[in-house]
Amino acid sequence: MTDTADIAAGRLPPAQLAANFADAHPPLSPHEAVVEASRCYFCHDAPCIEACPTGIDIPGFIRKIGTGNLRGAARRILEANVFGGSCARVCPTEILCEAACVRTAEEDRPVRIGALQRRAIDWLMEHEPTPFARAPATGKRIAVVGAGPAGLACAHRLAMHGHEVTVFEARPKPGGLNEYGIAAYKLADDFAQREVAFILSVGGITIDYGKRLGVELTLPDLRAGFAAVFLGMGLAGVRALGIAGETLGGVRDAVDFIAELRQTGDKARLPVGRRVVVIGGGNTAIDAATQARRLGAEDVTIVYRRGPGEMSATVDEQDWAQTNGVRIRHWAAPQALLGAAGQVRGVTFLRTRLDQTGRAVPSGERFALEADMVLKAVGQVFMADPLAADGSLLLATEDGRIAVDAERRTSMPGVYAGGDCVAGVDLTVAAVQDGKLAAEAIHRAVTG
Amino acid sequence: MADLTTNFAGIRAPNPFWLASAPPTDKAYNVVRAFEAGWGGVVWKTLGEDPPVVNVSSRYGAVSYNGVRIAGFNNIELITDRPLDLNLREIRQVKRDWPDRAVIVSLMVPCTEDAWKSILAPVEDTGCDGIELNFGCPHGMSERNMGAAVGQVPEYVEMVTAWCKQHSRMKVIVKLTPNITNILAPARAALAGGADAVSLINTVQSITGVDLDQMAPEPVVDGQGTHGGYCGPAVKPIALRMVGDIAREADLRRLPISGIGGISSWRDAAEFIALGAGSVQVCTAAMHHGFRIVDDMIDGLSNWMDSKGYRTLDDFRGRAVPNYVHWSDLNLNFKTLARIDQDLCIKCGLCHIACEDTSHQAIAALRVDGARRYEVIDAECVGCNLCAHVCPVDDCITMQPQPATLPKLVWPQHPNNPMRIPEAAE
Ligand SMILES: Cc1cc2nc3c(=O)[nH]c(=O)nc-3n(C[C@H](O)[C@H](O)[C@H](O)COP(=O)(O)OP(=O)(O)OC[C@H]3O[C@@H](n4cnc5c(N)ncnc54)[C@H](O)[C@@H]3O)c2cc1C
Ligand SMILES: Cc1cc2nc3c(=O)[nH]c(=O)nc-3n(C[C@H](O)[C@H](O)[C@H](O)COP(=O)(O)O)c2cc1C
Repeated sequence: MTDTADIAAGRLPPAQLAANFADAHPPLSPHEAVVEASRCYFCHDAPCIEACPTGIDIPGFIRKIGTGNLRGAARRILEANVFGGSCARVCPTEILCEAACVRTAEEDRPVRIGALQRRAIDWLMEHEPTPFARAPATGKRIAVVGAGPAGLACAHRLAMHGHEVTVFEARPKPGGLNEYGIAAYKLADDFAQREVAFILSVGGITIDYGKRLGVELTLPDLRAGFAAVFLGMGLAGVRALGIAGETLGGVRDAVDFIAELRQTGDKARLPVGRRVVVIGGGNTAIDAATQARRLGAEDVTIVYRRGPGEMSATVDEQDWAQTNGVRIRHWAAPQALLGAAGQVRGVTFLRTRLDQTGRAVPSGERFALEADMVLKAVGQVFMADPLAADGSLLLATEDGRIAVDAERRTSMPGVYAGGDCVAGVDLTVAAVQDGKLAAEAIHRAVTG
Repeated sequence: MADLTTNFAGIRAPNPFWLASAPPTDKAYNVVRAFEAGWGGVVWKTLGEDPPVVNVSSRYGAVSYNGVRIAGFNNIELITDRPLDLNLREIRQVKRDWPDRAVIVSLMVPCTEDAWKSILAPVEDTGCDGIELNFGCPHGMSERNMGAAVGQVPEYVEMVTAWCKQHSRMKVIVKLTPNITNILAPARAALAGGADAVSLINTVQSITGVDLDQMAPEPVVDGQGTHGGYCGPAVKPIALRMVGDIAREADLRRLPISGIGGISSWRDAAEFIALGAGSVQVCTAAMHHGFRIVDDMIDGLSNWMDSKGYRTLDDFRGRAVPNYVHWSDLNLNFKTLARIDQDLCIKCGLCHIACEDTSHQAIAALRVDGARRYEVIDAECVGCNLCAHVCPVDDCITMQPQPATLPKLVWPQHPNNPMRIPEAAE
């Protein structure tokens, strides 16, 4: 180990940094899009539609791209998923629509559905920034907590139905993890904010910033003041490693690290370790490690306690990290964070193996990695405190998250929930679908 | 290694691939490049009387299909716009430098004996292998009573052909226009006039598209357009049928045919030859990709012939002609059924929806344990081939001829035919 921890900003020249955080997958050119659209077989009972959590009519919109009807294509997407623009960029299509694409079965080369979706939505946002028309006003007021994908998808659908929506958002900006969490090169050029503005152009949605449920407002307040309430609060907590040294300097939550990165315009001002160890096996670990590399960290290692097949990051994401020069080590669990002068300097790991019950257990063998920075990416957790009154929860939970039925109704009448704060996969597209389903249920309930 | 040498109506060439009369053969520069690339012959861009014609700017239209360029092509060009003497000098030089290649000169002059007579001598003097009479150009020239205006009147075809035979010793190929109801009439007229061969097709009258901003047919010339001549891959089926029509007629059987229209590959050429063509001519494919395409045409045809055991072009020329019959000769007792290879099926459902919506409801869409499965309902399948055509996977849906249970039955003998010819035995 060297004497002092090496954490520094500006490890790469500004032009390199700009390139590293620009659009990772540039858009299709108009001609490329037509050629790619022609690869779609326009399936009957198309498997891709079934594989999309929001059920976008994928063959339908692709055919419209092929005929040059980009307006129709984009509107077809937005009918099912108002976050079609960000989903086109952030969806793990390789496990959703593109996995189901019949061309995957045929030749392992799916139609590039995500890229085509982006082509359509980008076109509409450029040519028709306010494409939404609302139904006549109903006079009903609905409260939404959280201006992330779930909350805004719900708000938008409600506004389309003619309701007035107030969104209470704890942070100073809208977008949720689209703004604070998704890797910078997936939503380049301030896309998260541009998309929110596009969505809000529908009208009838007011966002009240700096309003945190459980602090500035309570669920009973909202229940009393609005016809219905939708909770789309995401996951406010992060899991700790529970080992010695977690408070050392240089040890950070990966989501905080990414949030800071997303909020810093000039990436040259962001400090990053020379050697970075990321602990975890999900997409957050991939994103934190890759972005640390792209900031100029020399040596970045992801350490995961089980094998590549168990990682929740998709194979494509793992490949992406490795292409970016990130090393992935499997079968090792952190044992202790080592420090000097209050700064982290390394991590010791215990090798693991699967026991008979399929759990990863330490095998007794140990190794150490030097590190100037350690990023913890071992999972986010739902924080239920904003939903408590007098020390007890107002809503039923399930597996540590808000329990909902198929219509996204919680156990409290008039209160709905969706997105990461309910059980299910934690993906932008799933959050959007929850918000949409809840909005339809709320609409039926308040107008029925 | 197959022998591709060609003797077409006495005109010899190292291979059957000729460039059709068009911009690729407009001058020595292009033709020399073509010969260097390996083309077996050229039909020089159509010559006319001086002063030369004047062309418009903005000349070509094209049909793109799903982003694929030039599925069909059209032009509103006229014949050569270079002076006659310049062309003749170049033709003489080229033929002298490339004696083994076929050099045919395309001609179009006003429909008078004098006009034809006076151009024939200087052309013959170039040493070219023959002439092709352009009776096909569907635009620009026909308004001046040339091109298709002649080709559409069999009497004129015969008359002009006869003049050419009378006033020269050259081989005369008559190029036929497809813009006619029955191709046999001008073909017979050419034969009657003494033609040594026919070539077909020239271009099909067409508008490739309408520019919806300028509200004018394409190609747009200063805000307006006119109909042009259609060619390229899209016209191949039309050309094949007309070639086949001539080839199967008993009285025309000995008339050599140079096949033209949408030929882009050796396979296209082989199809024309199988339907009776003795040489083939190419224009659009060369204009799209350059002369180098002839490399694979020669190589591919030769390899295919080797694989089939054909030594010379005559070994398979016209082999498909006896099987090109009239509808009334087809066996109504033949039955073929669609078969889906479930291992190859990718579950796109296109066969089902095509049959369900537009045909015979003969493909069931099933879910077996949640998984999609498409199955042919034999009792409903009429063997129309639609599913096999829409299926995107090679060999996934095949049509399987069923064992014959009844003797051949044709429409003239069919019980449903009110004008049935009683069987001889009865
Ligand atoms: C690092 C990272 C990378 C990811 N990458 C991808 C990816 O590439 N593709 C993908 O599909 N998904 C990805 N995800 C997951 C995806 O971002 C989430 O599933 C999605 O954002 C969930 O949307 P949501 O609206 O439920 O929650 P969030 O996006 O978290 O939004 C919740 C909103 O509620 C606000 N809020 C929270 N508590 C309160 C409160 N008490 N009062 C008021 N407001 C509150 C928050 O400030 C926030 O704006 C990623 C997640 C992370 C963490
Ligand atoms: C731009 C252009 C100009 C042509 N000019 C002539 C011509 O002068 N004389 C002629 O007989 N045919 C002419 N043709 C027709 C071609 O010789 C040929 O018959 C036709 O294009 C069909 O062949 P293809 O499908 O290979 O192009 C022309 C075609 C094109 C595209």
